[in-house]
Amino acid sequence: MRMSGADIVLESLKRVGIDTVFGYPGGVVLPLYDRWPAHPEVRHILVRHEQGGGHAADGYARAAGRLGCALATSGPGATNLVTAVQNAMMDSVPTLFVTGNVARNLIGRDGFQEADATGITTPCVKHNYLVMHAENLAHTFAEAAYLATTGRPGPVHIDIPKDVFIDEAEFVWPEEVSVRGYHLPGAADEADIARAAALIDTAERPLIIAGHGVILGEAWEELRQFAEHTGIPVLNTLLGLGSIPRTHVLSYGMMGMHGSYEANMAASNADLVIGIGNRMDDRAIGRFNDFNHHAKLIHVDIDAGEHGKNLPTEVPILGNVKDVLPQLRDATRRNSHVDWIRWIDDVREKHAHSMAIPSGPQMTSQGVIKRISERCDDETVIVTGVGQHQMWAAQHMRFTYPHQLITSGGLGTMGFEVPAAMGAQVAKPDALVWSICGDGGFQMTLQELATMVDEHLPVKMAIINNGYLGMVRQWQELFYEDNYVSVAISQPDFVKLGEAYGIKALRVTDADKIDGAIEEANDHDGPVLVDFQVEAEGNVWPMVPAGSALSETVEAPRPETPSEVAR
Amino acid sequence: MSGELRKHTVVALVEDRPGVLNRVASLFRRRGFNIDSLAVGTTEEPGISRMTIVVASENGIVDQVQKQLAKLIDVIEVADLTGEDAVIRELALVKVACTTEQRREVLDLVDIFRARAVDVAPGSLIIQIVAEERQFNSLLENLEPYGILELTRTGRIAMLRGDRTTAAPDPESEEMQRFRHSSGRRPAGELPYVSD
Repeated sequence: MRMSGADIVLESLKRVGIDTVFGYPGGVVLPLYDRWPAHPEVRHILVRHEQGGGHAADGYARAAGRLGCALATSGPGATNLVTAVQNAMMDSVPTLFVTGNVARNLIGRDGFQEADATGITTPCVKHNYLVMHAENLAHTFAEAAYLATTGRPGPVHIDIPKDVFIDEAEFVWPEEVSVRGYHLPGAADEADIARAAALIDTAERPLIIAGHGVILGEAWEELRQFAEHTGIPVLNTLLGLGSIPRTHVLSYGMMGMHGSYEANMAASNADLVIGIGNRMDDRAIGRFNDFNHHAKLIHVDIDAGEHGKNLPTEVPILGNVKDVLPQLRDATRRNSHVDWIRWIDDVREKHAHSMAIPSGPQMTSQGVIKRISERCDDETVIVTGVGQHQMWAAQHMRFTYPHQLITSGGLGTMGFEVPAAMGAQVAKPDALVWSICGDGGFQMTLQELATMVDEHLPVKMAIINNGYLGMVRQWQELFYEDNYVSVAISQPDFVKLGEAYGIKALRVTDADKIDGAIEEANDHDGPVLVDFQVEAEGNVWPMVPAGSALSETVEAPRPETPSEVAR
Repeated sequence: MSGELRKHTVVALVEDRPGVLNRVASLFRRRGFNIDSLAVGTTEEPGISRMTIVVASENGIVDQVQKQLAKLIDVIEVADLTGEDAVIRELALVKVACTTEQRREVLDLVDIFRARAVDVAPGSLIIQIVAEERQFNSLLENLEPYGILELTRTGRIAMLRGDRTTAAPDPESEEMQRFRHSSGRRPAGELPYVSD
């Protein structure tokens, strides 16, 4: 059937399973918007800023476990998307970013609102396309969706000049897609599996690091079975949280810069480390050169480029974690590591104070975050921004299922929390979605409150308001001798602000009122903003100072009185 | 990941489409890999270009170079020909200052190195040499005293000796060839004027 480029784009979106587009119109995408009413199956959500649209697509993709999509116009629309594109790249989130560009005859002539969009996104995407022919549109979308969702997922960007939306072409949907420069790894090499199994069977202090790949690869069940079969304790990277229930006896929570003391000590004292779907990031591993020299490393990943990128690796295993984990399970013997686990438990008990929530009448960030977690049901999605509140959420919330925590890990994008929560709520309309916001990050993307109101998205937002860019302040305190520069951040009256947008807004200044406010928010049928005014200068402990090894984890100063311990 | 710097000859077969060179160059810049030379040209297979990239790096790094290159969707095959039995060549043009009195001795040098004089002027000569790097450097050293006015090099290209090849994939369907060829390429001829 012959149709316009605009119709082909919308038809193609349906074919790749996209039911929602977070978009913002503009001059060059007018022909596309003109045809939108003819395609009501694709919901268009009008965001208030393209970055918000991009993060919403990201949050949607992570919550739903499928492809998310954002759309922007040329020039500033495209450049505003870039932060979200790189965010999705760093965290391997399957996303499709579509931009319009100036008409073909204006490309390269500095037309109005022209930007070299594909040139700009090239280093931030898995792949991108500038579509110069309407007859290429359908194939491009099919290929883009295939690339974004298979192998190691990631963002794909399609840039479409205005007149390509207008041109007509035959709509031909490709039956199958194969890309000759793109190969999905097959079954893992048997020799690698055998070498890994030999190491696993003989290790005395083995440890699993489970990353985002376990969640992206939907291999949480396989992870649990492998861990239980071999009796190996499991640590998580930030993005791996939820890949094993935090309540599982073998789960020891997050490692890394703000990981638990016992997790970092376990990683530093293990004789075998098995990385599964993680990328040996500096925030998780600490100073590369001084990461546990006694440990041999097995690294399972679908991306060969991750093997040996940051750490020398004894046995790299290339493959899909969902396939490799059962292979490893079958190749290893049933085992338990009682002494090793007792050693970790012992460290945990002796160092319980290191992650304790300070006692006393003051309102602490940790206290608020923990109480939100306690009032979550089994479906609750937690979205965070970046900084102290993010680390406290990672430390103190009980993540029990995959896709439960949605956070900006690799890029560390402040302002992610509001639009990503919005996207998560669109993906899971019936779930309770809590956005844990920083008072700094919230002010970066708060314009999406209007979108939530328009679209009836009942996101609950907790602003952990300490009046500071808290993590930066913590670093200035610890590493720059209390020299606070540009970290005290003023703010509007958040309650009035929420009300101005027409949403319910609460302020909590008293620790006794925390639970009531959370319950009131949970019970309200619509978005809620809660301004939790917490103590100003709390620090996140434990901490691996930047550039230090995991073994150099620094603990909180020991409290004078026993306090509420967060476990 | 340690070891001394060594020149690696990496061959990449890539899609012949706009933006490929940018993707490869962007990758090298972004990951901090140094390109010594890069030569690109068409191959026996329409739609496939061959890049020969010389990377000065430690052994561990060149492994990353190859893996990262292979991740690019437009890169079809990657091979490291370093240490392989391969023909490695580079072409250079050297303009050397040379009076008519000096010409004979310069031409003798040119003969010794199996190079050729391809342009003669009263005060200079252009010498063309096709050689491996060592031979080429040696010629330059000998020409230095006369004064080198200009130098241009193509960068290294390489090919395995014998029957082995750096495999190109099977040809694609006509439909795919058409898609790949036109992807990202401006249509020929006058385009309608569409303003915003």
